[in-house]
Amino acid sequence: MDLHGARVNDPVPDAPVSKAMLLELYRQMLLIRRVEEQAAKAYTMKKIKGFCHLYIGQEAVAVGACAALEADDYVVAAYRDHGQIMARGADPKAVMAELFGKASGTTRGIGGSMHLVSREHNFWGGYGIVGGQVPLGAGAAFAARYLANGRVSLTFFGEGAAQQGAFYEALELSQLWSLPAVFLCENNYYAMGTSLDRQSYEKDMSRRGEGLGMKHWQFEAFDVVDVYRNVKAAVDHARAGNGPVLLEAITYRYQGHSMSDPAKYRSKDEVDEHRKTTDGLKLVEQRLASEHGVDDDALQPLQEEAKAIAKEAYAFAEAAPDPDPADLYAYTYATGAK
Amino acid sequence: MAELALREALRRAMVEEMRRDDNVFLLGEEVAYYDGAYKVSQGMLAEFGDRRVIDTPIAENGFTGIAIGAAMAGLRPIVEVMTWNFSLVAFDQIINNAAKVYNMTAGQYRVPMVIRGPTGAAENLASQHSMSLEAIYAHFPGLKVVSIATPADAYGLLKSAIRDDDPVIFMESEMLYGFKGEVPDAETLIPLGKADWKRQGDDVTLVTWNKQVHTCLAAAQQLQDDHGISAGVLDLRTLRPLDEEALFGAVARTGRMVVVQEGYPFAGVGAEIAARVQEACFDALDAPVLRVTSRDVNQPYATNLEQLVMPSVQRVVDAARAVCHR
Repeated sequence: MDLHGARVNDPVPDAPVSKAMLLELYRQMLLIRRVEEQAAKAYTMKKIKGFCHLYIGQEAVAVGACAALEADDYVVAAYRDHGQIMARGADPKAVMAELFGKASGTTRGIGGSMHLVSREHNFWGGYGIVGGQVPLGAGAAFAARYLANGRVSLTFFGEGAAQQGAFYEALELSQLWSLPAVFLCENNYYAMGTSLDRQSYEKDMSRRGEGLGMKHWQFEAFDVVDVYRNVKAAVDHARAGNGPVLLEAITYRYQGHSMSDPAKYRSKDEVDEHRKTTDGLKLVEQRLASEHGVDDDALQPLQEEAKAIAKEAYAFAEAAPDPDPADLYAYTYATGAK
Repeated sequence: MAELALREALRRAMVEEMRRDDNVFLLGEEVAYYDGAYKVSQGMLAEFGDRRVIDTPIAENGFTGIAIGAAMAGLRPIVEVMTWNFSLVAFDQIINNAAKVYNMTAGQYRVPMVIRGPTGAAENLASQHSMSLEAIYAHFPGLKVVSIATPADAYGLLKSAIRDDDPVIFMESEMLYGFKGEVPDAETLIPLGKADWKRQGDDVTLVTWNKQVHTCLAAAQQLQDDHGISAGVLDLRTLRPLDEEALFGAVARTGRMVVVQEGYPFAGVGAEIAARVQEACFDALDAPVLRVTSRDVNQPYATNLEQLVMPSVQRVVDAARAVCHR
């Protein structure tokens, strides 16, 4: 499948990216990959249970996109949410503890992998019904406009969600009401095991915006700087009161849909080709070398640090206490009922 | 005390809450420029403008989901569904998001919103516009379910629902929008989760809600006049949380109970009440708990068939006499 030649409808301004910023983006991407590798290991050891959707391969999307946001902007994600919550700044220890189902987790062991949440980081969480989170992102933008608080919402979803009614309805209303929302379709070309050409007549998912009159474009999202610049342009557009934007980020996941998926619906060659040519980490390393003269040796401390933080998160999660059974009913109603 | 139609009582509650709190707003189909499909929101656009009284396209899943998101961001939306039948289009948002967000986020986010509109059969609206869906919504932890029968309760409970920090399913009735009753002049809030005796009685308790309260009141009068049976009418008003104290107290008082509901019988609220009562009060019961429900069939259009389906005064009287063996 040809994942290249993505169409860019609008020229995106070259938002400046300093060496320091590039190193920070690299650090975040590394951290996500190393934490995800530890999660994969924990899953095979049956320490993480249930569904576990890894983000390996797609790190540039969450990291580049979140770099384009302010701290008080709203972020909503689907069930593949490990990368997004860490890109928003959540502690990998709390993330891993949640994956382990422990009381020290982001939602005290209630939500698990698919429902990571951090209000402190304005990360509204991962949602498990495909497309069901898109209206929530539109609702956040509705509140931003109603309150005139200058915030923007960014909603992540996959190309599979772009088939759902909830997606269309949320976009239609956002456009009608000119909400400050950015809808970011992470097209990794597989809706679970169904490839894009078997699930959608129109292959350019950003064109879903055309019939709604919504500003939209598609871009390759392997290079974190490209992601940052495209999302920044969309966020600026929305924040300036010009209405919502539908973005389609072309990306690729290396693992199966979830840990239980051996991914027999695609060839090993296809995955290897991506690891070789479009890997986000390699692309940043190339940029750091060519644009800033940062060589491999200089990156080694960052690499060691990411590895150490991921291992520390694993150890923390393993040692963390189970949720208290007495709290089972603690979060059913906010007020006065059981 | 002023006499208000039920729709006026609902409107007064919304208007007072919107004057009190700028975060409260109303959205739904035809709520603004049309003045409300059933004129509940009449005049509200004129007072509050289209920032706070908002017409939506016919996209229930979308606008309900947007309201949930707005609530998570700190607003207090009132969503009007033209009828609860249409809420099934928004079912995923109501159940998977509204009901679960507080739990899934371990209390980090709340969903303070009200979804309100008419439920149950009106007249000759046939299969898809006549359902009573309270049992479905009461099934889910995380939702509160209110179903009202009088203007005073409509006013006091809607105000409490708007101020509540959880999602509240608020059920009205097309047949009762014009029903008049006294509403206190002073601001009054009625707490959620409290049943109310609409008529006192010692021989049998008729447990009910929404417009079947009025069927039961007529039946209770007939039971007294024609059979010398003293029937009490306990209006639950809130189905979740269920007022078990009032229910079990009623069993202790009368020893006999008939649940009268408009919903289908299978896995209905009446079945839940009967189960809880026999678990908690078996020794206090002098007869099995009976149910009078809509018949187990989809609502037909023709008047004579529709009347066969609905609970009636006669069916309530018969059930009450059966448990009283008189």
